[in-house]
Amino acid sequence: MENSASGTCTSTALHVETELLVCSDASHNITLHNLPQGQRPTMGSAGCWLYRQLPTPFQPGVEMERFADEADVVIVGGGPAGLSAAIRLKQLAKEQEKELRVCLVEKASQIGAHTLSGACLEPSALNELFPDWKERGAPLNTPVTEDLFSILTEKHRIPVPMLPGLPMNNHGNYIVRLGHFVHWLGEQAEELGVEIYPGYAAAEVLFHEDGSVKGIATNDVGIAKDGSPKDVFERGMELHAKVTLFGEGCHGHLAKQLYRQFNLRENCEPQTYAIGLKELWVIDEKKWRPGRVEHSVGWPLNRNTYGGSFLYHLNEGEPLVALGFVVGLDYTNPYLSPFREFQRWKHHPFVAKTLEGGTRIAYGARALNEGGYQCLPKVTFPGGMLIGCSPGFMNVPKIKGTHTAMKSGMLAAEAIFPKVTAEDPASETAGLHIPEYEDNLKKSWIWKELYAVRNIRPSFHNYFGLYGGMVYTGVFYWILRGKEPWTLKHAGLDSAQLKPAKECTPIEYPKPDGKLSFDLLSSVALSGTNHEGDQPPHLTLKDDSIPVANNLAIYDGPEQRFCPAGVYEYVPLETGEGMRLQINAQNCVHCKTCDIKDPSQNINWVVPEGSGGPAYNGL
Amino acid sequence: ENTKIRVKPDHSGVVTDGVKHSMNPFCEIAVEEAVKLKEKKLIKEVVAVSCGPTQVTETIRTALAMGCDRGIHVEVSGKDYEAMGPLQISKIFAALAKKEEASLIILGKQAIDDDCNQTGQMTAALLDWPQGTFASEVTIDGEKVKVVREIDGGLETIKISMPAVLTADLRLNTPRYATLPNIMKAKKKKIANMKPADLGVDMVSRVEVLRVDEPPTRLAGVKVETVDDLVAKLRANGTI
Repeated sequence: MENSASGTCTSTALHVETELLVCSDASHNITLHNLPQGQRPTMGSAGCWLYRQLPTPFQPGVEMERFADEADVVIVGGGPAGLSAAIRLKQLAKEQEKELRVCLVEKASQIGAHTLSGACLEPSALNELFPDWKERGAPLNTPVTEDLFSILTEKHRIPVPMLPGLPMNNHGNYIVRLGHFVHWLGEQAEELGVEIYPGYAAAEVLFHEDGSVKGIATNDVGIAKDGSPKDVFERGMELHAKVTLFGEGCHGHLAKQLYRQFNLRENCEPQTYAIGLKELWVIDEKKWRPGRVEHSVGWPLNRNTYGGSFLYHLNEGEPLVALGFVVGLDYTNPYLSPFREFQRWKHHPFVAKTLEGGTRIAYGARALNEGGYQCLPKVTFPGGMLIGCSPGFMNVPKIKGTHTAMKSGMLAAEAIFPKVTAEDPASETAGLHIPEYEDNLKKSWIWKELYAVRNIRPSFHNYFGLYGGMVYTGVFYWILRGKEPWTLKHAGLDSAQLKPAKECTPIEYPKPDGKLSFDLLSSVALSGTNHEGDQPPHLTLKDDSIPVANNLAIYDGPEQRFCPAGVYEYVPLETGEGMRLQINAQNCVHCKTCDIKDPSQNINWVVPEGSGGPAYNGL
Repeated sequence: ENTKIRVKPDHSGVVTDGVKHSMNPFCEIAVEEAVKLKEKKLIKEVVAVSCGPTQVTETIRTALAMGCDRGIHVEVSGKDYEAMGPLQISKIFAALAKKEEASLIILGKQAIDDDCNQTGQMTAALLDWPQGTFASEVTIDGEKVKVVREIDGGLETIKISMPAVLTADLRLNTPRYATLPNIMKAKKKKIANMKPADLGVDMVSRVEVLRVDEPPTRLAGVKVETVDDLVAKLRANGTI
């Protein structure tokens, strides 16, 4: 406590089990302390106390008791995986005439509002879940009619034939607005009796005495920026379940804790990621080619930076195109800005000619998994399991993860159902441990698919970069379908890949022209993101001296460049000398890139009050 | 509420499909005030009313989660919903107030989508009830209500007799969060369903929207060095 009163806080390792105290200094930078057992906080003079980790410390005079409720299954996350799991559970319950209470919590204000993806949906999992999806009105309105792949140079385009058998071939797939598809899944789930609670974020994992997962708690609301409870302060609620499914999407914050708690990653490589940025444009009708899918690699990225673009022409009434840019987060140059690469890519003649005369109507960004097979953790533990992009079933060369996410949710449901409806679950732990889910995954087409493409992404780590990778794909995948007996490794943690700024060349990005390319802040405005202003910032730092001492000094503050929402800014100190990191938490679009790419691994994304975040409409 | 609004390609209105609709902030304040009055035991029952398509039941649920006792969903959809405005809504509210024998109607001062600021006033006129609009403080005193109103010149205090219509302004209170346990409990509270015709209200609009456009893009400003430059520029573009 004395330390905190003077404003200097020593950094400590982040422990999940012990009670944590978080303090903020005048500039709202946050530091974590390990709280000695039995001690309670007091208000310090140099800062105020606030808490974003668990459990919430004692507040004098404030009701701290939490209301608790029981369900059979609780699902965290209303995305394709979570909703498919919920739907499958209720389908089984209906078939076998059993009662089952399934509750799903989702941090977005409505289902689909935090969903962002290209997307070309492979309907395999959907066909299994709802063979009659067409009659049910699933928004799969745009079958793919044309599939183009290009290697771009600064001014030209080299077409690459999309041969059948190549992973990127889209025959039989649909271009969808995934947010709308997810919203439709939500409606199907509600019809089946799933209790869906959008606007409530799962903030804490609850544990039984025996260490198994008991359920989750939603976050407390009505906490002011300085950590004190406002008049409208309310404790979160506890949802207990026999088994809890975690479907938070790529790099979930609760999943992070679970990896450590249950040692789920001891036999796999650390996950590697990319950031995807996306826009929706209404274009000139003359340029509109509904059903056309375009992908490119090459310019503006150099051959050693993984990434590429997508541009899909939707067929939903108006001339709408979904386009975007993906950059692998294992990039090495701290001067690289994924947002600005995206903006300048749009000026390529091949892209500009589609967009000229059009209007941009939406923007968003999200991190995605690139690790595939090598990075799959253990997915079951006592009391819970991981589904969807959280453990990471994305097929990277196909750039599709929705079908595998849905299938993983369905497999989880099928493994869970007999156990939660059994008279005697015969479980060693209070929370059910259901390893059958992992066995079923390994026998399913998800595993076969991911195994077959496992070497494509790591094959980019060679001197020829992109071109080496394409050669590898052409030779080993197209001909051998991944049957080669070796498994290549990824490069390691994305956050460890940055070279010091002095070893790299700054990149000269062109100024946005306001017609094809735009500045960051007007883009963020289009994401519709907002958070209750008077709440503690949800982007927490483990040690608030590190940003300037490490990130800025060695890497020139890469967070200013990789955040697609302008959350991080290095601004001069009011006192004149030196800089400080300013965190504009309200801009956050929940992409998780900072938590992944911070070279100091000092930034810890925690969930803000439910309903905050982007307001994507069909992204 | 924070989504970028787009004008429909046919200029008949704005795109509302897929946009999250939530309770009007001033109505949240109105609901909060009603619930507070009930907690102080000054009123017996709070009924939350909303007019619109199926989705409004979610908004009514939020009101129930905040503490209202029951809800009434007046179903209006399709063309009727697009044409619905303060006049139609006040007719519905007036009919309901009579039917339910209400002593108070509390609404938000205005909706943040159309900013009309008319429904409360029209409802009071149709019922011939007194109105306390832009309320920043409400005190019930026997059969009368003391209302402190926010007006251009400052604050005005009036005393009106019940039954009355009140409209909530920003500083009336801070609405409580609709917490998850309360949302779950709210599922058990009743929401009655009815149509405007059941209340004898005709939804015909007296207003026809001809065209909706985005505001013109703001042009860049020009900086001048001296007063003479300013005068010259103003002359040049015909302002003086």
